[in-house]
Amino acid sequence: MQLIPCPNCGRREEIEFHYGGQAHVPYPAEPAALGDAEWADYLFFRDNPKGPFAERWYHSGGCRRWFNAVRDTRSYRFLAVYQPDAPRPDIAQFMAAAPPVAADRASAASSATNAVTR
Amino acid sequence: MLTTTPGSVIPDHPDFLWRNPDPKSSYDVVIVGGGGHGLATAYYLASRYGITNIAVLEKGWLGGGNMARNTTIIRSNYLWDESSGIYEHSLKLWEGLEEDLGYPLLFSQRGVLNLAHSLQDVRDSKRRVNANRLNGVDAEWVDAEGVKELCPIVNISPDVRYPVLGATYQPRAGIAKHDYVAWGYARAASELGVDLIQNCEVTGLTIEHGRVVGVETSRGRINAGKVALAAAGHSSVVAALAGIKLPLQSHPLQALVSELLEPVHPTVVMSNAVHVYVSQAHKGELVMGAGVDTYNGYGQRGAFHIIERQMSAAIELFPVFARAHLLRTWGGIVDVTPDASPIVGVTDIQGLYLNCGWGTGGFKGTPGVGDTFAWTIAHDEPHPLIEAFSLDRFSTGALVDEHGAAAVAH
Repeated sequence: MQLIPCPNCGRREEIEFHYGGQAHVPYPAEPAALGDAEWADYLFFRDNPKGPFAERWYHSGGCRRWFNAVRDTRSYRFLAVYQPDAPRPDIAQFMAAAPPVAADRASAASSATNAVTR
Repeated sequence: MLTTTPGSVIPDHPDFLWRNPDPKSSYDVVIVGGGGHGLATAYYLASRYGITNIAVLEKGWLGGGNMARNTTIIRSNYLWDESSGIYEHSLKLWEGLEEDLGYPLLFSQRGVLNLAHSLQDVRDSKRRVNANRLNGVDAEWVDAEGVKELCPIVNISPDVRYPVLGATYQPRAGIAKHDYVAWGYARAASELGVDLIQNCEVTGLTIEHGRVVGVETSRGRINAGKVALAAAGHSSVVAALAGIKLPLQSHPLQALVSELLEPVHPTVVMSNAVHVYVSQAHKGELVMGAGVDTYNGYGQRGAFHIIERQMSAAIELFPVFARAHLLRTWGGIVDVTPDASPIVGVTDIQGLYLNCGWGTGGFKGTPGVGDTFAWTIAHDEPHPLIEAFSLDRFSTGALVDEHGAAAVAH
């Protein structure tokens, strides 16, 4: 089972966590000013990248706190975790660092350290 | 005495079902995605709507994505009129498809039971049965004894965590052999002159003055009068090439089969509450699907605890499965919409058409969407049966909420 590195508790099994979708989607600053298209965008449209994705996770079976993570949606590997009030890391840095899945498997053994070791 | 070593003579390769041409420099219609939907769209464009200068571009091999990975369930017992329209149209096409394609599909109308495990389930199910009947879709409510009669191996004892209180039953529902469906469409389309081009990944969409004029691919530039997207789990990635953002989330969806068993399961059983759906393939494997893995993923694989949960549900429903051995598990990528209904139609870019968002239920829609999407491409306006499934429903608010009828896996 995949271990997820909770920033508060350390590595725990995946079943302790709930997924929260895309991170950094603030509630509209001026809700009354929004038209239909903007509401649709806020309610229904989320990024769906193939690659590194900044997203929310909830450690429901542990510290019961939300945190953010950058995870590669191709390999499912966690590339970074951070507190929800911290700024989003530069995704471009992970684009370069995150190899495609096949290469990822091959190099997994050799890369002893990564951003999530803690 | 033998003059050759036994096994040394290899039989001739069987005839190929379709041609394997190199791409031409230009086509009237380019379809992106060589799965069931793409192939069916090409077939109906050529056979019904008079356009044969078509290429279907597939980045891998034909029918190798969700078409090869689904659990082959076909039914049309959805709640809303809009859904009934498209899914029932599809089921009617399924009923004549073997003759239409001249190819065996092992289409078997063995019926589907959608189980109810709580009073709310019972109310929702009866409501759906009534809605189906008003729309001319065959549906009936059966109580727990009725479930047992239709599928004797279902455990209807009241002392389990999720007791079976009854089910909706659609007798015309069933299964088909998914690979044969892809091959049947591919063969028929190829015979009508459609170029099926494999190992050809679309890397760019060329748009000039608001009109799509071609695609960039891993096998070079191809000009196109019209481009139709049918990329399933990769729809967000492909649409982004045209600057279109879609309300889709791509999730892993897993399924598995048991070893080959004697016939024990005569129908299809689905359960929303415990997230499992089961049928027995002609060959004898029990085919079981799970709910989606919750996180976004393009990896065509999912987490093991989903399988574990799915198996515990299956064994509670079918105690006889406890000693069956699991043969194989796999995953596909499903593109899920907020209202569990697909997105099909025209876009703001002229000549660019969209078919995506079928989530966990695209297989059953293959003939229906193939036909109506082809009509849409040929006429440059949405077919009446898919009009309600436009992208702009998310801003108008006219959602087609099928979470009840589609929720097994969503």
